[in-house]
Amino acid sequence: MLKIKNLHANIEGKEILKGIDLEINPGEVHAIMGPNGSGKSTLSSVIAGREEYEMTEGEIIFENEDLAELDPEERAHKGVFLSFQYPVEIPGVSVTNFMKTAINAHRKANGLEDMPANEMLKLIREKSELLEIDRKFLSRSLNEGFSGGEKKRNEIFQMAMLEPKLSILDETDSGLDIDALKIVSNGVNKLRTENNAVLVITHYQRLLNYIVPDVVHVLIDGKIVKTGGKELAYELEERGYDWIKQEKAV
Amino acid sequence: MELKDKLVSSFLAFDEQYQVDDDVQQIRSQAIKDFETFGFPSKKEEAWKYTSLKSALKHDYSIFPKKEDAIEYSQIKQYLIHDIDTYDLVFIDGIYSSHLSNTTHDKIDVCLMSSALNKDKFKPVIDNYFNKLAPKNGLNALNTAFTKEGAYIHIHKNIMADKPIQIINFSTGNESSLLLQPRNLVVVDENSHVQIIERHQSLTDHPVLTNSVTEIFADRRAIVDYYKIQNDKGTSSLIDNTFIEQKDESNCSVHTFSLGGNLTRNNLNFYQKGERIDSTMKGVTIIEGKQHVDHNTLVHHIYPNCESHQDYKGIFSDKSVGVFNGKVVVEKEAQKTNAYQSNNNILVDDKATINSKPQLEIFADDVRCSHGCTIGQLDEDALFYLQSRGIPHKEARGLLMYAFANNVLESVKIPEIKKRINNLIAEKLGVELGFNL
Repeated sequence: MLKIKNLHANIEGKEILKGIDLEINPGEVHAIMGPNGSGKSTLSSVIAGREEYEMTEGEIIFENEDLAELDPEERAHKGVFLSFQYPVEIPGVSVTNFMKTAINAHRKANGLEDMPANEMLKLIREKSELLEIDRKFLSRSLNEGFSGGEKKRNEIFQMAMLEPKLSILDETDSGLDIDALKIVSNGVNKLRTENNAVLVITHYQRLLNYIVPDVVHVLIDGKIVKTGGKELAYELEERGYDWIKQEKAV
Repeated sequence: MELKDKLVSSFLAFDEQYQVDDDVQQIRSQAIKDFETFGFPSKKEEAWKYTSLKSALKHDYSIFPKKEDAIEYSQIKQYLIHDIDTYDLVFIDGIYSSHLSNTTHDKIDVCLMSSALNKDKFKPVIDNYFNKLAPKNGLNALNTAFTKEGAYIHIHKNIMADKPIQIINFSTGNESSLLLQPRNLVVVDENSHVQIIERHQSLTDHPVLTNSVTEIFADRRAIVDYYKIQNDKGTSSLIDNTFIEQKDESNCSVHTFSLGGNLTRNNLNFYQKGERIDSTMKGVTIIEGKQHVDHNTLVHHIYPNCESHQDYKGIFSDKSVGVFNGKVVVEKEAQKTNAYQSNNNILVDDKATINSKPQLEIFADDVRCSHGCTIGQLDEDALFYLQSRGIPHKEARGLLMYAFANNVLESVKIPEIKKRINNLIAEKLGVELGFNL
């Protein structure tokens, strides 16, 4: 589904990603773990198409298509979804209206008519129940004044609505208390099928107790330095990142 | 001949042609003298520093419009709020159109200034209120000198006007270029309520300059909601002079939606002549090309325990120019005043300009006054966020600008107006609203 080869990326002339290789197949859950400043969030932004980051080398192939030339919205239409670490507050646009606009933009890109209003309402009701989202919440301005947990829940609600092929969860566990973490993870797990994939980006192992990865990668200083099974996450939790750095130095 | 000279020399002919009650005639005669003294404002005056009337004054305007042009309802329907029941005062080239209007004298007076100025029945009100509020300056004097037509609205004590009142001034371009000077008087007696919608609309591409004066008197506990829709053609300029006097516990709001026209200047003054008064002025300005919109506001807090709220938002594209000059005066007696002022702007293009100038003159010590002004570009983080959800760049920009302007509409009390303005804003920003509001 996703093949990243020798990806290098800069921001303001500074190289952050220094040759990333990553392959994700349908049905898989991958986790990328790493210390602060290792390039985790940069990787997710580059995949989603943020303009501030400049790809200097390598390629990102998604469903046999090079993403490099595509705008963020085109990537979204192809099925890439990024759950933001810091979702942006947008006063004046309600969650519901935002979702309607997004859904219909996807449909338009795929040559479909706007979704009929009753179908939309039904879909919103169904998906908001999955994330245990209150109805009142849906008429509030997008992310404005939301608690950390509400913001993240709202991200996964959007994911549920858009049904992407590849979901990148960037530090989705930050700012979540244990109850919210369970709801969010439960939502993500219910959305999993053999045709979609999830890339979890996290500093801590905690979230991986709930969203269990098939593969764990360790990202340090812009490179994936170690790849293993889910047990690698436990090891990192216990031993930190230094031993990997040392192992790599040796 | 300069426009000023032309106007002064036309006055005698005008005065003979449109006869009025002696007292009013005297006011007009004095006014033309004042206009002769003051003339049109120039950029040398502090209040006109950022707005030049030059582009609006250069045409050879006709001062005496021909007879009312035959206009059918179907031609103007789109400019009216027509999905609800309203009283309508429709003027075409400054002349009242009876077949397009809907007036009343049942409990409230919604009729013509020309009849109010001539009939004994209205004389007490005219004597009490006409030209009692507009400050003496060139533009007001000019309008007063040429007073002949406009809206006369009087809501008697303890009455809620049963439907909103629309005042619409059309220009047809029968004349090559036209100067219009509507004169409106709104008197709302104690404990009464009225909603008014005002619009100026040109139907052709001939230059039109409108110099409008509206005086509004809100007595004790009166409620006045006034909506101004300014979405005229690029050949039309508008100078709107609106003055509001409020008595104890009255509540007045003016919403101004400036979405078109060549040059628009809004002089909006509130005078608080009592306690526990609430004054609200809100505005949305969205312009492009070389359009120019200037909001010049004044709130005069004279008595204690009053509030004022100002919230103006602007989105400026291309080489358009915005001006916000908001003055708040709090007199020494006006303790416990709450005055808020906010002016937020987005400059879409490098060559767009906004001049924002808050002026606070506070002589009382126990008050809460705040003002804030922002000028910025669209938030790139927000843009990326919307795009990452599949909303194309152009639509995402439109949606963000729409959201920025939209919250000013929250205080619009007539749902049909809210819907209309919403659609106008969305259209202006190229946003297809994938939802009904």
